[in-house]
Amino acid sequence: MSARTNRAAAPYVAPAGQALRHESAHLHVSGRALYCDDIPLPANALHAAFGISSLAHGSIRNIDLAATLAAPGVVTIALPGDIPGENNYGSVIHDDPIFAETLVQYAGQPLFAVAATSHGAARRAAALARIEYDELTPVLDIRTALAAQSYVMPSQHIVRGEPGRRLAKAPRRLKGTVTIGGQDHFYLEGQIAIAVPQEDGAMLIDSSTQHPTEVQHIVAHALGKRAHDIVVKCRRMGGGFGGKESQPALIAAAAAVLAHKTQRPVKLRLDRDDDMLITGKRHDFLADYDVGFDEHGRILALNLMLASRCGYSADLSGPVNDRALCHIDNAYFIEHVDCVSHRCKTNTVSNTAFRGFGGPQGMMVIEHIVEDIARTLGFDPLEVRRRNFYGTHDRNVTHYGQVIEDNVIHAIVDKLEDTSAYTARRIEISRWNAANPLIKRGLALTPVKFGISFNATLYNQAGALVNVYTDGTILLNHGGTEMGQGLYTKVAQVVATEFGLPMSAIRVTATDTGKIPNTSATAASSGSDLNGKAAQAAARCIRERLVEWAAGTDGVEADEIRFENGMVHIGKRHQSFGEFVRLAHAARISLSSTGFYRTPKIHWDRTAFEGRPFFYFAYGAAVSEVAIDTLTGETRLLRVDILHDVGTSLNPAIDKGQIEGGFLQGVGWLTCEELWWNERGELKTHAPSTYKIPTARDWPLAASIQLLDHPNPEDTIFRSKAVGEPPLMLAMSVFHAIRDAVAACGSRNCLPDLPAPATPEAVLRAIDSVRSESTA
Amino acid sequence: MADAHSNPGADETHGTVRFVLDGRIVAVKGVPATTTVLDYLREDLGRTGTKEGCAEGDCGACTVLLGELNADDKIEYRAVNSCIRFLPTIDGQELVTVEGLQAADGTLHPVQQAMVDEHASQCGFCTPGFVMSLFALYLNVEKPEREQVVDALAGSLCRCTGYRPIIDAGCRMSSYPVPQRWSRADAHDRARVEKLKKLRRTEALVTTDFIAPRTTDEFAAIRQARPDALVLAGGTDIGLWVTKQLRQLPTLLYVGAVRELRSVRRTNEAIEIGAAVTLTEAWQAITAVYPQLADLAHRFASPPVCNSGTLCGNVANGSPVGDSMPALIALGAHVDLRLGAQRRHLPLEDFYLGYQKKDLQPGEFVASVSVPLPRAGQFIASYKVSKRFDQDIAAVCAAFAIEFEGEIVRTARIAFGGMAAIASRAKHAEAALTGQRWTLQALERAAQELSKDFQPLSDMRASSDYRLQAAKNTLLRCFQDRDGKLTSLSQLHAPVTA
Repeated sequence: MSARTNRAAAPYVAPAGQALRHESAHLHVSGRALYCDDIPLPANALHAAFGISSLAHGSIRNIDLAATLAAPGVVTIALPGDIPGENNYGSVIHDDPIFAETLVQYAGQPLFAVAATSHGAARRAAALARIEYDELTPVLDIRTALAAQSYVMPSQHIVRGEPGRRLAKAPRRLKGTVTIGGQDHFYLEGQIAIAVPQEDGAMLIDSSTQHPTEVQHIVAHALGKRAHDIVVKCRRMGGGFGGKESQPALIAAAAAVLAHKTQRPVKLRLDRDDDMLITGKRHDFLADYDVGFDEHGRILALNLMLASRCGYSADLSGPVNDRALCHIDNAYFIEHVDCVSHRCKTNTVSNTAFRGFGGPQGMMVIEHIVEDIARTLGFDPLEVRRRNFYGTHDRNVTHYGQVIEDNVIHAIVDKLEDTSAYTARRIEISRWNAANPLIKRGLALTPVKFGISFNATLYNQAGALVNVYTDGTILLNHGGTEMGQGLYTKVAQVVATEFGLPMSAIRVTATDTGKIPNTSATAASSGSDLNGKAAQAAARCIRERLVEWAAGTDGVEADEIRFENGMVHIGKRHQSFGEFVRLAHAARISLSSTGFYRTPKIHWDRTAFEGRPFFYFAYGAAVSEVAIDTLTGETRLLRVDILHDVGTSLNPAIDKGQIEGGFLQGVGWLTCEELWWNERGELKTHAPSTYKIPTARDWPLAASIQLLDHPNPEDTIFRSKAVGEPPLMLAMSVFHAIRDAVAACGSRNCLPDLPAPATPEAVLRAIDSVRSESTA
Repeated sequence: MADAHSNPGADETHGTVRFVLDGRIVAVKGVPATTTVLDYLREDLGRTGTKEGCAEGDCGACTVLLGELNADDKIEYRAVNSCIRFLPTIDGQELVTVEGLQAADGTLHPVQQAMVDEHASQCGFCTPGFVMSLFALYLNVEKPEREQVVDALAGSLCRCTGYRPIIDAGCRMSSYPVPQRWSRADAHDRARVEKLKKLRRTEALVTTDFIAPRTTDEFAAIRQARPDALVLAGGTDIGLWVTKQLRQLPTLLYVGAVRELRSVRRTNEAIEIGAAVTLTEAWQAITAVYPQLADLAHRFASPPVCNSGTLCGNVANGSPVGDSMPALIALGAHVDLRLGAQRRHLPLEDFYLGYQKKDLQPGEFVASVSVPLPRAGQFIASYKVSKRFDQDIAAVCAAFAIEFEGEIVRTARIAFGGMAAIASRAKHAEAALTGQRWTLQALERAAQELSKDFQPLSDMRASSDYRLQAAKNTLLRCFQDRDGKLTSLSQLHAPVTA
């Protein structure tokens, strides 16, 4: 074939490292990519809907479901009594009922589920339930919870050095409060699961989940079955962002309970409003700080109270708050620190994982403090940031005892300051602000240092399965899930590279607990680090068998055998990969292998809050320029310059996509996305009509996104770095640019009291406050 | 499944909804009128490429194209939200979904290929909607500028990409070779036109729960005889009564098929916007004479919403946060009401009696809205304040129509939305300004009077305090605006390296 000769003539370029398209791109654009809701159902399938609480806190006096049961199309209802096993979907602490028994703990909590012949019939029927409650006083916000010592788990206290004495001795001292809002994931595909009863009591679950193994376990426990009775599959999600780490277990468990009861397939797809009311979000945080520093702005000691709103149950709040604690330093060395972290229990939805997993909130706190120090002393905040950066050889031990060995923040910030013309624009903006009373501009550069690995060591492992078929094609499966981040593409690139094959030779199949068992959640940015290495191990295992066999048959050394461009070179002989493996199979060489990987070097003592939780750190920085309208508080991002460290990129197109998308998602978190509860604890922003994520117009007119060319010093998959979460925190630059513009409305050393999100209302209030201070 | 509904005999057209899909006529009988186009595609036809993201017209994942013959027998293609569009309203039209764009041999359409080449999909769930929004732009604008691309995408949410690659795909799509299927020429091919002509009706489409008359008189007569029926226009609000409030609706009386009500008429005094004129067409007509309202028109709502929704629907609905009413009230617009053969011509501000209460008799309907033509020397301005620029409901929406004698304010019409149960005039502020010299001090005094005009609510969009302050500040902005000073963030350009 001429194609083959052409290919052979062209120099071989390994797929790993190429800016290849997403493996499903052609399916996405033509509507042919199948999501859970697109899977054809058996004819007898039922559709389910939750009945939810309208009250934030109370006990159920009576549930009247007569009208629900009598509604057209209704087949059955599931209540707590219909759960054969455990009524729980909480994975860490078992405090998340699938259906509330008597105590209702948030408005939106599932009380029961209906199965009917259509989605609409189920929803209409669920709405007919009549529920009577005895109302209890709800705890709705962090301050109230703190006052009542209402916590979902014990507080964590860490101390390094002698913060008390150093604070007392510090030449300068500042106290303040930082307020950081939550965020809804707003994955475009809502939560969904399909439960299909199988023979002999088994159950097959199609779930839109980042954590198939957890869904498997929770469904098994709910049905009173064992792990091998349940198979969970997920080909792709329409977005996850952490929102499909622990939450899908609820959806799948409810569907499975109904499927078990009716012995019919049951699909439970949440309507958008139900999704936003029922499922957890990013934790909102509050921090009270007391910082001591010198005349140059260098932090000497920090006393911090960190509190988050966890909602009614623990969910993942423990690890989320631990990661927040591990990121209160961001890129800064804080020698003497005392920090307490409270995990507040409130009568609101149970907050959960969201891209960054507490890290962003911790980092926002220290960035706020550093800015406040700079403004107090009258320095450009960039100068104060630099003075506090971790050193490369000294001042390089974190407050949890990890030595930072890979610090590149200085180089990143130096380069970005230059390429973004930071200094010249700072001057230009001052001129503009002096001349324009209505529109003010602001500029900020913020760094990112983000720890990569799950804090809990056990999750840092992965498995993969590689099958080579006798026509030379490969089927790849691993424990990671595809939520749009391009994991399937990257891991396929790894396997293609190991065999010297084009991408077309690799097919990736749905993540499946029946193929790869005991997986970790695809979370903590770890997907390609873990699964890439596991798949590489599987591929290498097969390749080594093949090499050993061919070396024997041809009488050549192992290093004389190369896999390149669809061909196998054995000494001076060449053969297509397909022909080669066909012969290998005939010689009874195994063409299938699993692969396993565990992250080296890491250890973590949760009790002492000490160790090396992170294999390495990912770094980046962003410069943002904004304009604000001082009559309305509306803001606009005018330009962003980003330099981000992805190590040696596995796929620069995908990595750039993660950076841009993460950045704008962070911008939404810190500007327009506001979760608003009324005084009864009802969330009133539960649909895109009221909850506003950024649109295309919010992408800045000018943007420069650059990857730092810097191989990971640690032995990661082809020396790449994780990229899922870190770019979200680049958006802190936008928040601080807004704060900078607000400060331009007040006196020289003013500290704008601006909470996140910086909505128009929050910005206008901050402008008023700095103006009244400056005239007072 | 499609075949079960296809190929009806000629005598079966009565009570049958017919539309074109992939070049074939689909005939549907016996489905409830409130079945959405999205549900019909996904549930009945098994075409799952079109996605449900929100079921309220706010995310764009469900975007499809409708092609409709205009008065000149040319097909006009517009993107709409299929999740809140009722199936009988697409009778006689061509429906285009994402599955229909590829060539017969599977070659991707330029819009699709550009999306692939720019790495513009990540999770892919919103992608079909973006493809269709860009496809509408591809058909309607030969070489779109970046700004036009961004405008076309205003109703589509993507949570993964940050939009940059999608915008780039939109800018690049017209540089690809002309496709076999769905080139601009193919879209306007004679065969397509002929097929739609065959679906034209001269008589009302009547099903068990849906009536779509063809003439205004017929519509008025049925409306009078059936005061229990619900008047349906674009359905961008009523759609949500079904998808979100799960309401059972009475028989729907659809204005969209009445050709006369779809026209904009210009008289010597006013422009008359018929009940079925879409927001897209209405804003084009209004901003043609009032360019000062371009910014408001621009951020009123997304293209798919404006392509379905009507101005008269926005007015007749009378929501306290409907963003067209302040401007229309300030300009002195009237509503033309019709009850059978009787007509009433009412100032818009008198049409609203209270929260969700209108001066509308049983059987009466809003036939048109007349907007007076501008007068020389008038100062016109409108400001919308919202959390997000695009596709958001205003916390405060303000409009001003001020006439001068020299530098003295002769008359001032100032109207606000979001400040009370209905959109209404700020009488105290108007009085404070009337007869005064146009100075910052005078506007500040008038702004203070707003506290007497309004005691706004606190809700998820804004607090009462913020609404009042932002409203007051719009008067100060007026002063700067008339002075020609830079006052709008949208006027700013990207900063370049100094």
